[in-house]
Amino acid sequence: MILLRLALKSLRARTLTTTLTVFSIALSVMLLVGVDRLRDAAQAGFSGTLSHTDLIAGARGGDLPLLLSSVFHIGNAANSISWDTYQHFAHHPAVAWTIPISMGDSFHGYRVVATDDNFYKHYQYHRTKSLEIAQGRTPEALFDVAVGSEVARHLNLHLGQQITLAHGIEEKSVLNHANTPFTIVGILASTSTPVDQALYITLLGDEAMHFGWTDGTPPAIGEAVPKLDPSKLKVDEVTSFLIGTKSRISTLYLQREINTFKPEPLTAIIPAYTLQQLWSLLDYADTALSLVSVAVLIVGLLAMLIALYTALNERRREIAILRAVGVHARQIFLLFLLESTLIAAAGTALGIGAVYAMLFLLRGMIESHTGLPIALVGLSLRVEIYAIGTIVLAALLGLIPAARAYRNSLVDGLNAR
Amino acid sequence: MTYDHAIQLRDVRFSYKPDSLTLGIDELTIASGRRVFLHGPSGSGKTTLLSIISGVLTPQSGSVHIVGQDLKKLSASSRDTLRGSRIGYIFQGFNLIPYLTVAENIALPCQLHPIRRNRISAATVNSEVARLAGRLDIHTHLDAPVTELSRGQQQRVAIARAIIGSPELVIADEPTSSLDTDRREAFLDLLNEVITDTIRQDSSKTTLLFVSHDRSLANHFDEAISLEEIATTHRPESKHDLA
Repeated sequence: MILLRLALKSLRARTLTTTLTVFSIALSVMLLVGVDRLRDAAQAGFSGTLSHTDLIAGARGGDLPLLLSSVFHIGNAANSISWDTYQHFAHHPAVAWTIPISMGDSFHGYRVVATDDNFYKHYQYHRTKSLEIAQGRTPEALFDVAVGSEVARHLNLHLGQQITLAHGIEEKSVLNHANTPFTIVGILASTSTPVDQALYITLLGDEAMHFGWTDGTPPAIGEAVPKLDPSKLKVDEVTSFLIGTKSRISTLYLQREINTFKPEPLTAIIPAYTLQQLWSLLDYADTALSLVSVAVLIVGLLAMLIALYTALNERRREIAILRAVGVHARQIFLLFLLESTLIAAAGTALGIGAVYAMLFLLRGMIESHTGLPIALVGLSLRVEIYAIGTIVLAALLGLIPAARAYRNSLVDGLNAR
Repeated sequence: MTYDHAIQLRDVRFSYKPDSLTLGIDELTIASGRRVFLHGPSGSGKTTLLSIISGVLTPQSGSVHIVGQDLKKLSASSRDTLRGSRIGYIFQGFNLIPYLTVAENIALPCQLHPIRRNRISAATVNSEVARLAGRLDIHTHLDAPVTELSRGQQQRVAIARAIIGSPELVIADEPTSSLDTDRREAFLDLLNEVITDTIRQDSSKTTLLFVSHDRSLANHFDEAISLEEIATTHRPESKHDLA
């Protein structure tokens, strides 16, 4: 107890060195834990993008492109699927529900997704959360559009507003659907997933926009633009569709059935599995970051070692006085060990505290800008291991000055100048 | 405690290294309760002798009895405890732990050793610290950092720390050498007074061993011993000096 008091007072007496050392360790711990927390947040956000969807089916192509285009709205689907094929699987006995997705248009760089009511009914994310409408209702009429929360916020959209969608997915589109303006009827609640960054129309609305087009091009200039006749609209194809099966067990059979579907070449993926695959690709970057932060931590601890070790010589007198009042040599050893451990403990606590304070304060900003659900990230086992590891490492390094102080105390006795 | 001699050394031989200078003391006996002046010029082995008496150094041969304890029979940590709990020590200068206040420096032996704490006459350690500080005229500086004190004040804090909890033996190693000549007399008088004031329940007196190279101080003490007369130094073929 008295040793702990002595160690604390001795550290406090050397305020500047102690503060700087604690600060440098705190910064290194902050980096280490911060990287770890962000990784966890990223992974949670990532794998939570889509839940309870057993399969995603699209035209024959790679697993990752299908996942990226249908869930993350990145890149393009290779091809589309005929409506008949979609209907075939939508009414398949093993299938509980399907969500059709048709893409190809955009609004100020945000994707326009044509889908049906199943999307609002069955789409789930972050394990159990369903989509909610913050304002208005889901699109029902031909020219109804619902916008994701991020789109609405960023472009300052409101209910009742008329918008013109653009053909293609480029941010600066050369071709606008000026003849078919859409009316915003709903704004979706924030989900912190890519859902926030898209606009949603009905499948027939999508067809209506492209009415009279042939092979993906509008009627040429001078050519007669056919009058839109809603009764003639019918859905020909979709880009991909999400499937919820009646029982998880049938997922693998169904996947094979889709992959070997004779009338049309298709690909079906299990999103959880492909998400994991995608994550492991990104994991290299994370490992590199972690290694760098471990190196920074070691530099911080070495700074502490240097600070304690250089102070040893001017503390020989102090050690002799302590020996004279009956402090054992091994207590001198302990005193120095305590000092390094206390510095590391203070630095670790400060570092972890700072990370969580920052995550707490910047939570809203990080979530809206990156879509990472930071709030989901608590104190993990890994953070505890980092904390204990830092303190143990500091104690181990502290053995060096402590052993030196111990030896000094025996060599000098009461005789240090 | 029943012992006649606070310090008793017999046939002691000590050297730092096997081939270095050997300090030999055939007989040194200091009776309990005496105030003894030990004179020795620098390099005569004074500090080495004090380290042996306080149990920091162990002689290669001979017997050392301090306040009735045979140091040979004690482990290193028992010797540390003996030193802290029953011996008060005053250094030449820089006696104080820099990061503790004056009061904390004085109270340190009581914090470390229950024996010292139990011997104080005041109700609490704090009031004993205050009493001693008042006696030594440093009571206005109790909460100050020790670095704000003058040399003379620092040495008085060292006295307070050496005598708090009434240790049986007080060793002073050249405590006046950092003081001006006119301050020396006052310091010695004060040291003598507070040593004499120190009371223990068994009414035994505190023994004082005062070491200096300055022979003129000898008249303040009951008895004067010259280290040169009692010690022999043997120099094999060595370069090491005894401090």
